[in-house]
Amino acid sequence: MIRAFHRWPGLFALVLVTVLALSGAALSVFPAAERLGAPQAEKGLSVAELATRIQAAYPGVEQIRRGPSGRITAYWFDGGAPGSAVIDPTTGQGVASADPNQIERWLTNLHRSLFLGDGGRIAMAAGAAAMLVLSLSGTALVARRAGGWRHWFTRLRGPLSGRLHVEIARIAVFGLFLSSATALWMTASTFDLLPDRGATPAFPTAVSGEMGVALANLAVLGDTPVAELRELNFPYPGDATDVFTLKTDQGTGYLDQGTGALLNWSDLTGWERVSETIYMLHTGQGAATLGLVLGIMALGVPAMGATGVLVWLAARRGRPRIRGNQPAGQAETILLVGSEGGSTWGFAATLHAALTDAGQSVHVAPMSGFAPARYARAKQIIVLAATYGDGAAPASAKGFLDRLSALDRAPSSAIAVLGFGDRSFSAYCAFARDVAAAAKAKGWPELLPLDTIDRQSPQDFARWGRALGEALGIDLELAHQPVLPTTETLTLISRRDYGAEVQAPTAILRFTLPRATIWRRLTGAGFSRFAAGDLIGIMPEGSPVPRLYSLASARRDGFVEIVVRKHPGGLCSGQLTTLVPGDTVTAFLRRNPGFQPGRSRAPLILIGAGTGIGPLAGFVRGNAQRRPIHLYFGMRHPDSDFFYGEEMPAWQEEGRLARLVTAVSRGARPHYVQDALRGDTAELARLIRDGARVMVCGGRGMAAGVADTLAEILAPTGLTPAVLKAEGRYVEDVY
Amino acid sequence: MKSLLAALALTTALTIPGIATARPVALTTTLNNYGGDGAYLALYVTDADGAYAGSLWMAGGKSKYYEHLTDWYRATGGDPAQINGITGASVGAGRTLEITLDLADALFDAGYTLHIDAAVENMRDSPNEVAVPLTSEGADNPVGGRRYVASFGYSM
Repeated sequence: MIRAFHRWPGLFALVLVTVLALSGAALSVFPAAERLGAPQAEKGLSVAELATRIQAAYPGVEQIRRGPSGRITAYWFDGGAPGSAVIDPTTGQGVASADPNQIERWLTNLHRSLFLGDGGRIAMAAGAAAMLVLSLSGTALVARRAGGWRHWFTRLRGPLSGRLHVEIARIAVFGLFLSSATALWMTASTFDLLPDRGATPAFPTAVSGEMGVALANLAVLGDTPVAELRELNFPYPGDATDVFTLKTDQGTGYLDQGTGALLNWSDLTGWERVSETIYMLHTGQGAATLGLVLGIMALGVPAMGATGVLVWLAARRGRPRIRGNQPAGQAETILLVGSEGGSTWGFAATLHAALTDAGQSVHVAPMSGFAPARYARAKQIIVLAATYGDGAAPASAKGFLDRLSALDRAPSSAIAVLGFGDRSFSAYCAFARDVAAAAKAKGWPELLPLDTIDRQSPQDFARWGRALGEALGIDLELAHQPVLPTTETLTLISRRDYGAEVQAPTAILRFTLPRATIWRRLTGAGFSRFAAGDLIGIMPEGSPVPRLYSLASARRDGFVEIVVRKHPGGLCSGQLTTLVPGDTVTAFLRRNPGFQPGRSRAPLILIGAGTGIGPLAGFVRGNAQRRPIHLYFGMRHPDSDFFYGEEMPAWQEEGRLARLVTAVSRGARPHYVQDALRGDTAELARLIRDGARVMVCGGRGMAAGVADTLAEILAPTGLTPAVLKAEGRYVEDVY
Repeated sequence: MKSLLAALALTTALTIPGIATARPVALTTTLNNYGGDGAYLALYVTDADGAYAGSLWMAGGKSKYYEHLTDWYRATGGDPAQINGITGASVGAGRTLEITLDLADALFDAGYTLHIDAAVENMRDSPNEVAVPLTSEGADNPVGGRRYVASFGYSM
C-alpha cells in the first residue's frame, strides 16, 4: 500500500518534480552569493545614521530597503529621473546596480509557475504536494526496508539502482520534506488562504503640519539598529500631510516629518512571523547556508527519479503475465505468491506453466488475497514467499498471517511453503519460516517440508520441483530463467588441474574476455564490467538451466577465471572439466554486490575451503592497495588441491596477502579450516574488534561450522556473527 | 490589451449608473521595459481637496500585494469593495493596458485628478506614478510616469 503511494505520485510527477528540484537547486545559490557580495553595515549602526549618509549622497532619496542578506538598497528621484543602487552603508554611496538579476527572475518564475501564471502556480504546488507524499511514503519504505527506524543508516544490499535510490533518499529526504512542506505553505499564503496578512497601522489622521526634521533628530530611527531595518519610506517632498514610514523586524509605524514623533505603530502578527520564517526556510534568504544545503539535497531528485523508474521497470519486467490462470473455485492447485520486487512472480509463472503442462488446473494469486473459503476444489496450496527487509512480509503478502490466524481451522488441502531469499541476509527466508511455523501451529497438513531458494538459484528451484513432482505423483521439470540474460561466448585459454589424487578432480579455468561493443562498455553491461566475487552463469549443453559459479578474477585482470570441481554425474561441471584450450562456453554475468570486499582499508579476513578459494584468490590478486588480508584456506592435501599455491608466495611478497593459514584435512591429524580459526583465537578477536571484515566462501556445511567457531571466538568480545552480518561486516557466499 | 465593457464598471461611485450625463472614456497605460515581473497598477481619482473619490481599475489579482500600492492602500485601507468587478491581471513590462469606462461628465473640469500607483516585485514601490488632472483639454494628451509608466492618456 505504501509502495503504491510512492510509485504513482513519483511516476506522474516525475517531470514536474525534476523541474522544481533543478530550478530550486539553481536558485539556492543566489541568497548565498548575495550574502557574500553585499557590503554589510558596521555593528551598532543606527537607521538614522545610515539614512543621513544616504541622503547626503542622494538628496532625492525616497526609500531605503534592507534585504535578509543585509544588502541595503536605496531608491531616489533626482531631476525627475528615478535612480536606485545597492548602498555601501559605511559611505552611503551606491556600489552596484539594484536592478533584479534577470537569471534569478527567470528561474524564480519557472520554479513557482512555469511562466503560466496562477494555473502554473497550482501545477507547481501539486508538484510540491507530490514531493511531500513521496518524502513521507519513501521514509516509511526506507524504514521498512532497513528493518526499523534505528537502522536508518544501515548498509544496503541489492541491485545498484535500488541501493542508489535509497542511498540518496535517506539523506535528501530531510531537505525535500522541508522544501515541499514550506512550498505548500507559501502557495497557500499567495492565494490568501492563510490569515498571515500584514497588519498595517491606520494612517495618522493628524500630523504636526511642519516639515524638515533632521534625520538625526528622529529618535525612533536613532534607536533602531540597521540590522532590524526592512524599509524606510520618506515623505513626498512638499506634502506636509505625509509621514515617514518605517518597517522593522518588529512591525510598522509612521513618524511625523516635523517633530519626529512616532504617530502610530503596529507589531507583526504571530501568523506573519510564522510565514516569514517559512519563507526564509524555503528560499534561504536570511539563511543562506541552509538554502545551499537544501539546494544540494534537491539535486538528488533527478537521480532518484531515474533510479526510481529503473526499479519500477525492473519490477514490471520481472512480473510476467500468467497465461491460463484458472478461477480460484475450480483449481486443484492454489499458488500463493508473496513478492516484493516481482522476481518471485517469475518463479510462480514457471511453476504454473509446468503444473498446467502436467495436466493440473492451477490458480495463481498474491498471498494477500488468501481466501480459503473460495478454494472449493483445491487439493494442495503452494506458497512461494519472499522476505522483505528484516523478516517482514513482502508487499504482495500483507495480511496473510493475520488471515491465517483468524481461521477457525486450517484448510484441509495440504500446504507446501517455498521461501525465496539471500543467505547474505541474517533474516534469510524469515517470512517463509514464519508462514511455515504458523501453518504448523494451526495444524495445517503438510505436503512438503519448508524449503528455500537462495538468490533465485534455478538449481535450487529445479531440485524443489522434483520433490514436489514426487509428492504429487507427476513428472515435474522446472526450468526457470529468472531474467533472460544476454549470453556471451567465452573461449578457454588455459586450465590447471588439481585434486585427482584425493578423488576431487578440480580445474582452474581461464577464459578470454568476450569482445564488448562500445555501447556495452559504456553501460557496463555483461562482461564489460565485473569484479571477483560476481557470478558467472554457464549454460550447459543439454539443459536450459544455467549454473552459477563465483568469479576468481576481475575485469582488469584481463581474463575470466573460475574454479570448478567435477561432481559425479554433474552435467555442467562434467562439461567444464573436459574443456581444452580453444573450446568455448556460453555464459552471462550476474552481479553479486553483496559479496565484495569494499573500498575500506580495514583488515579483511577471508575464509574458504575447496573451490571456495576462487573469489577469495581474486580479492587477493586485486589487492593493489595492500590492504591487510588474512586468508584461511582449507584443503585436502597440499600436494594435490592447494589451488593457487603457486601464486601465494608472490602475493605475500608483494604485500597483497598479509597472512596465509592453511588447514589440511587428509592425513594423520585431520585439520579443518575451523580448527585453523580456533588456533588464531586471540588474533581474530582483536582484528574483528578493531573493525575487520569477514568474508566466507565455500560449502554450506563449512560456512555453518565457521559461523559457530567464530561465535565461540567472539563470545568474550560481546560480538556475534549475527551482529556482524547486520553491520555488513560478515558476508557469505555459499553453495 | 485590456478592454472592458462599461457595464462592468458601473459599480463604482464614479460611473454614476442610470444618469444620462456619462460618456465612454478610454484609458491607455503603456509600461516601459523596466526589466521586472508584471506590474500591479491602481487607477483612482481624488477630488479638488486631494481626498480619495473612487477607484477606476486595479491591475493585479492578489490582494496581499495591494499594500505596495501605498497611496491607494492608505486611502482605501485595501477595501476590496472599492475594486469589486474592476480588477484584472497585472501588466507586463512593455505592455499596454487599455480600458474603457463610462465616466460621469461631472468628473471633468471640476478639479478631479486621476492617479496611478504602481508596484513591481523586488523593485521599488511607486505611489503616485502618474497624476493627471481630468480636463476636457487634457484628453488625448498622453503624459509619462515616474518609473514604470512610459505613457498614460485618456480619450473621449
